[in-house]
Formats: sequence, C-alpha cells, structure tokens
Amino acid sequence: MSGLLNGKRILVTGVITDGSMAFHSAKLAQEQGAEVVLTGFGRLSLVNRIANRLPKPAPVIELDVSDQEHLDGLAGKVREHVDGLDGVVHSIAFAPQDALGGNFLNTPWESVATAVQVSAYSLKSLAMAALPLMENEGRGGSIVGMDFDAQVAWPKYDWMGVAKAALESTSRYLARDLGPKNIRVNLVSAGPVGTMAAKSIPGFTELADVWDSRSPLKWEMSDPEPPARGVVALLSDWFPKTTGEIVHVDGGLHAIGA
Amino acid sequence: MAATKEEIVSGLAEIVNEVAGVPTEDVQLDKSFIDDLDVDSLSMVEVVVAAEERFDVKIPDDDVKNLKTVGDAVEYILSHQG
Repeated sequence: MSGLLNGKRILVTGVITDGSMAFHSAKLAQEQGAEVVLTGFGRLSLVNRIANRLPKPAPVIELDVSDQEHLDGLAGKVREHVDGLDGVVHSIAFAPQDALGGNFLNTPWESVATAVQVSAYSLKSLAMAALPLMENEGRGGSIVGMDFDAQVAWPKYDWMGVAKAALESTSRYLARDLGPKNIRVNLVSAGPVGTMAAKSIPGFTELADVWDSRSPLKWEMSDPEPPARGVVALLSDWFPKTTGEIVHVDGGLHAIGA
Repeated sequence: MAATKEEIVSGLAEIVNEVAGVPTEDVQLDKSFIDDLDVDSLSMVEVVVAAEERFDVKIPDDDVKNLKTVGDAVEYILSHQG
C-alpha cells in the first residue's frame, strides 16, 4: 500500500468512540500506511472495542497523562508492539463541569488546575514519555495536538479556552526544545465536531452555531475527517520544516471578523 | 441469523451486566437505562457499541437518544438487525 505515512509508527491517544477525531486520525493513518498503537484512558473496555473497528485492529495501552507511573512505563509498553515512534497524536482534554458552560467568574482554581494539567501540561508529559522512542538516529518525528482556537473568547468554552491557550503556548516551547532532535510539534485547531468530548460541554451547540453563520467554507459538525486529515498531513513528511505551528482546520472561521 | 426477542433481551442483559455491573435479572423491558439501572452516558455508549457487534446492527447517535428503556433498545434491535 502506498501512502503518506508508509512505514511510520504512530501513537494515537484520545480514542473513546468511533466518532472521536483521534479514531479518524488513527483510521486515516492506517489507510496511509502507518502502524498505529493506541492509548486509552478510563474505560479501556470501550476503547478496546473501538480499536477493533479500525481497518486493522490496533493494540491499546492504558495511559492516564496525570499518572507519572503510566508515563514512565509508556515507552516500554509501546516497544512491545513497535520498535520506535515516528509520530504521536495528542487528543486529550478535560475540564471539570464547573469550569465550562458559563461559570467563568466562579470557577475555583482546583478545577482550572485540573483542566490545564490534563489538557495542556499533558502535551509536555506525553512528549517526554515518548521521547526515548523518537530519538532514532536523528530521523526525529512529529507530534500533533488537537486545539480549539484560543486567540479569542468563545461562548461556554470558558476555562477550557484558557487551557487551550496554555496548550498553544506549550506547543511552541516544545517546538523550541525538541527542534534540535528533529522533532516537530504542531497543533490542528479544529472547528467544532460533535464528539463525545464536545457533547459533554454544556451549551456546545451555541458554540457550534457560530460556524453556521460565519464559516467561509461550509462546516459539517458531524464530520470528524477534515481535522483528521490535517493531523495525518502534519504527521507526514510533507511539512518537514514546520514546527510550533497551528494549522486551522476550521472552515476558515478564524480569519473572519464578523 | 436474526435473533429472537428473547435472545435480544438476554443478550442485552449480559452486556449491561458486563459493562455496568447491573445484575442480569434487573434488566427488564420496562427499566430505564439511566433512571432505573444507573447506566451513565459513557456506559451507555459502550452498551450500544457492544450491542451493535453482538446483533449486527448500527445504532446512530441520533437514535441512541430515543432508547430510554431496555424495551426501546430491544424493539430497535429487533427491527434493525442485519
């Protein structure tokens, strides 16, 4: 099979249903010739079932990005399946319910701290955990994270938006520090997709309505494939000198004022 | 071969037991997944995924919303199974 990711070994986090952007990234990566290993969090039995729905069933490793033991053991567990990594997909975010949905002024620090740790600091944690697998004679690799545009304030998104701003900055610093190892770090800033994660945001449809009225390209909330295509492109060799970048796969909305 | 109504009920009971730890005998047609059986939203996703595989049926998200009781799910599977 000839594809954009021929011979590449890719670790994909954040699959929970077959609607997940991570699932579609894994699926497209396989279709483009990659060997995919998944990590799952919490409900491993569900992730395992979903892993079997990929074109080629993929192994699932348990990974809680806030558990140092999991992080320390990741490289060893990945090596049980592949001998190294050429790419990592970070598709992980979480905020407690009181950090979302219009409670911005009253959210306690503990909830904000959780959101920032799981959604932004985890990019650094995951990158460091995977680093031993990517130091392959200077060939380097590509780390891609899932973002939601943090340049502006959104309805309902609240402290998750702050966490995404932290993710954007974390990605730039990682790009700086991992560049010498030829590891690229980029984000895909996606438009709203009706995934399990999105549905757990109170008032998500209000956020999504913005796209219906302002997106230059027609945006389909039910289609996770466009962001997944962006992920696969950034994992490929076709962005060899791009790092610290945010690629907007959002129908162009970020460019439009009103 | 398509499953009978009885097979679907017992199969669904096994799935709900495996996924959410609910005793199989509690999984009755008139029971609500959320209110009576305490199946949370993520567990419901897994019940649906497992049921799709076991009964060779596709249950889109938009339809899952309407499956409030065990009976709703049984009827859905009965009329949509491949």
